[in-house]
Formats: sequence, C-alpha cells, structure tokens
Amino acid sequence: MNNPPRLQIEPGKVVLSGEWTLAALLPELPQLQARLTAGGLGGLSWDLSDVDRLDSAAAVLLWRTWNECWPADLIVTETHRRTVERVAAAPIAASSGTVTAPGPVERIGDLVLGSIDHAIGLVTLFGQMLLDLCHLARHPSEMPWKETAANIYKAGALALPVTGLVGFLIGVTLSYLSALQLRSVGADLFIVNILGISIIRELGPVLVAVLVAGRSGSAMTAQIGVMRVTEEIDALTAMGISRSIRVVLPKLLALTVVMPLLVLWASAIALIGGMLSAMLQLDISPTYFVQNLQRAVPVANLVIGLTKGIVFGFIIAWVACHFGLRVKPNTESLSANTTTSVVTAITLVILADAVFAINTRNMGIPQL
Amino acid sequence: MTGAANPAVVEMRGLGTRIGDRVVHRNLDLRVERGQVVGLVGGSGSGKTTLLRQILGLIQPAAGSVRLFGEDLGTADAVAQSALLRRLGMLFQAGALFSALPAFENIAFPLRELKRLDEDWIRRLVNLKLAMVELEVEHGNLMPAELSGGMVKRVALARALALEPELLLLDEPTAGLDPDRSRSFVRLLGQLQGELGLTVIMVTHDPETLAGLATHIAVLAEQHIVQFGLAADVMAGDHPFLAGFRDGDKSGLL
Repeated sequence: MNNPPRLQIEPGKVVLSGEWTLAALLPELPQLQARLTAGGLGGLSWDLSDVDRLDSAAAVLLWRTWNECWPADLIVTETHRRTVERVAAAPIAASSGTVTAPGPVERIGDLVLGSIDHAIGLVTLFGQMLLDLCHLARHPSEMPWKETAANIYKAGALALPVTGLVGFLIGVTLSYLSALQLRSVGADLFIVNILGISIIRELGPVLVAVLVAGRSGSAMTAQIGVMRVTEEIDALTAMGISRSIRVVLPKLLALTVVMPLLVLWASAIALIGGMLSAMLQLDISPTYFVQNLQRAVPVANLVIGLTKGIVFGFIIAWVACHFGLRVKPNTESLSANTTTSVVTAITLVILADAVFAINTRNMGIPQL
Repeated sequence: MTGAANPAVVEMRGLGTRIGDRVVHRNLDLRVERGQVVGLVGGSGSGKTTLLRQILGLIQPAAGSVRLFGEDLGTADAVAQSALLRRLGMLFQAGALFSALPAFENIAFPLRELKRLDEDWIRRLVNLKLAMVELEVEHGNLMPAELSGGMVKRVALARALALEPELLLLDEPTAGLDPDRSRSFVRLLGQLQGELGLTVIMVTHDPETLAGLATHIAVLAEQHIVQFGLAADVMAGDHPFLAGFRDGDKSGLL
C-alpha cells in the first residue's frame, strides 16, 4: 500500500493511477467518492493505464461513476478491463428476502399457535416416554443404565455443594428474620413450626427446582441442541439407536430420581442453618429444636415435599429435552431455546406448586 | 516467479507449536513471497491446519516467530492486528459460516464491518462474489443449514474473497466439490491471482488442484517443512509422501 490511489481531473480527461484496491481506497474514500460523483465525469475520456492494481470493489466504484456504461474513450490494460467487465456482468438485483415486521394481531396469533405447538410437542414427548418404558419392560437389556448413572452423577452429586450452600443461607436468613418478629410478640417457640413447615413443605422443593432448572435443565437443552446442530442425533438414528431411549429417557429418569434426594438434602441443611440462627438469636437449644420439630411438623409435610421434588424434577427434564429437540441448526436458535427452556421449566414448576398447594390444603397442618 | 527481491508475505522462523503436551511443530521455517501459490501438503494429522491457525494468530507460538506482511502479530497492538488480518482471507475447512445469518449476509459481513461502503456497493460486491463462485443471487437468501456441503464451501470462499485480500489461506478448498466445480475453482483462483498478484497458501489433498494452481509446494512432515521449492522440483523429489501423490495423479483421475 505504498502507492495510494490518485485521481487527476484534467480538461476533458480523467487520469487514474496508483493502487485502486479496497484497502488502499479506504483511508480517503469520502474525498475520492465526492470528487468522482461531483458530476459529468462519465462523458470524459478515461486513462487507467497507470493503475497498478484494480480490484472489484474499486471497479464497482468506477462502474457506478460511469452510470453503468462504458465511457466512449477508455485506455485500460486487458486484465483491468476484465475486472470491470466482471463487475458489469454481475446481477444487481436485490435478493428478494425482505422481512416485514409482524403486526400485533399476527404476533398474538403466533404466540398462541406457538404455545399450542409446544403443548402438543410436550404431550408427544410424554407419550414417547411411556412407549419407550413399555419397550424397555419387554427388552430390559436395552436399558441405558450407563447414561442414566452419568446423568444422576452430573445432575445430582455435582449439585450437592451449591444446593447445600443456598439452602443453608436461606435457613439462616429465614430464621433470623422470623426471630425478630416472633420475639416482639413473645412467640419465640413457634420458630420451630414456622421453619419446619415452610422449608420442608414449600421452600426446599421450590428452591432446589429453581437451582436445578438453571443448572441441569439448561445444560440438558444445550447438550441436546448441540447434538442437533452437529447432526449427532441423526448419527444415532442412522445406527438404529433410538434417540429417545438413549438421549431423552436417561435425563428424565435421572432428574426424577435425583430431585427428591436433593430436596431432602437442601431442606435438611436449611433446617440446620435455621437451628443455628435460632440458637444464637432466641437461645433455643438444638435439642429442643429437634424434639419439637417432630411434634410441630407432621410427616405428611415431608411426603408432600418429596413428591413435589419428584414432579418438579420430571417437569424440568421434560421441558429441557423438549426444547433441546426443537433447536434448529443455528446458534441463534440454540440460545433462544436454552433461555425458553429454563424460563418455561421454572414457570411450570411454580404452576405445579400452586396445584399442590390447593390439593393438599387439608394435609399436614398441625391442629392447635 | 521467484524474484529474490519480492517481499515476504508470511515468514516463519524457528516456529514451535504445542497443543497441550503434544508437540505439533518444531523448528519450522517457511517464507512465502508475494505472488506465490503455495500448496501445503503432508499426511493427515501432520499439523497443516494448525500451521494456518498459527499464521492467523489463533494460536500463540511456543517458540520462534510468525511475521505477516513483515509484522509480528503477537506484538502488534489491537488496531494494527485487525488491519493486518483485514488483508487476508481465510477459508476454513468446514466453512465456518455464521449459522444465524443467511449466505448473503455472511458475505456482506466483513464489508459491513468496514462501515464505509453504502448498501448498493455492498450488494453489487456480494452479488459479484456469488457469481464468481458460481452461485445464483437467490442462493444468498438461504441459511447455511439449508446449503449443500459444496455450496457451503463456495459461500465460505466468497466470504474469504469479500475484502479483496492480498493473502488467501485455504484449508481443503476443493474437498467436497464435484470435479467440474473443482476445476472452475482452480480457474477462478488462477485468474484472480494473475489480476491481483494474490498470494495463496493452501492445504490440499487433491492432486489436480495442486498441479493446476501451486507454483510452490511445501511438504510438512516430522514436525517441520522438509521440502519447499518450485512445484515441479518438489514433485520430482523423492519424498515418500509425494510418491503417493504422483501415483494418485496417474491413476486416480478420470
């Protein structure tokens, strides 16, 4: 680029010299363009014989200056003429792919149709799972034990630290805030009831579900999605291996098995955190706390909490696999589906939680 | 073709590459001058693609230096780096098209990044590149996932050519193309090379591409360049790898 493009306009004649390439043009493009479009140059005679190099970007610039027809008088070397000829021959038709933004009615319609489509997809996946289970009952040797075990380890064992830590902190916070209120009305001893019922029945399962949806649900969607992008799913099918048995089912089984255990673990740690906080704040001894816990919290609450864990775990894996299989082979679709998967899973979990709350309203509440 | 006064476009001295614990290159020297079309050959897994990635600065050399257009990518600042990289075009083995953008936008992407060209200019250039690689204007609307393997390759080549690079790095440019397209690719590149004085470094396993295009051949084996020189001289040499290539040339072509 030691030879910048030069443009000399003499009376009746335009002389170009130097390197007319995109890289060389860029620094002085505005000035050059202004001089070229200043007007009336198309009819003059053009001398390009001193041009060292002419690439197609510069040729486009010249061709536009000439109003898309050859100047009557043009001096140019053969190779450069060919470059311009190629530009002249190129189609200028705009690609017809114009995208119009949908109106509000269309957008609502898309949303409704999309939701129905997803609902159908989820039901289909559920049905496929039942069929797979029937198939496995008849052919137990095809059971994907290894994949299931790997998923249990990834979604369960590796999630222990984070669920434990969050559970502990929530237990401490809840106990601390409740203690301040209870002390002011002299109802210190009810801390056991409050913590026991709220954590075991409600907070434990929901908290773990949110964590697992963010941690394992997104990972499952992304994994299946990338397998779609790289055609690994198709490769499995080509080998005669059912993708739903080998890829989807292990995730569903693993998360369904592992979630109640995580709920138990996180709830226990949260109670320990609450107990510590109660001991420091309200002078309630751990022995009293544990003894009273058995009386204050009927065992039905634990059953409800663990059942919630099973249902929430299934929902998260179910939604994650559904959206993973919906990924189209591009990066945009992958990120969109992963986001939607987590959001949908958490929403459905809260929805299921509400259904649980209504249907179990008469169970496990101690009569005072 | 080999004027000694020609400036070096790519110059590697004593280059060493290590990926994890594996030594890929050791004490590798290569000097590619302006206007040369270098065919880089070597067995599968000998580090040809890795060498291209070294030139692009995607991998830091463990030893030695890589100079692009006389400047060291490793020590250049960010502005100088992007200016250097804008002077070269790379065709990745699998295309590496942006999967979220249609073919047209993929080719237009580097042009738009310059932020100087108007829409009409970009459209003409992209259509020109599409025509160069023998694709129709309508193909520009397709997403990469909808393109066939050969078409992906051609769109990727069009994108590599978008900025009118001085140096073109090609990783298996004709793999996946049918013989006709492969031949017209060789013709196209030869033409561009003649008009623009393009420098090309290409990894290829296709004897026809090599015979039709390469002015020079570099043989990569035993972690360094064992032979480099004029194509005819190297092909006449006695390296066992080239013997296989020659046999292929005789019997493999229709």
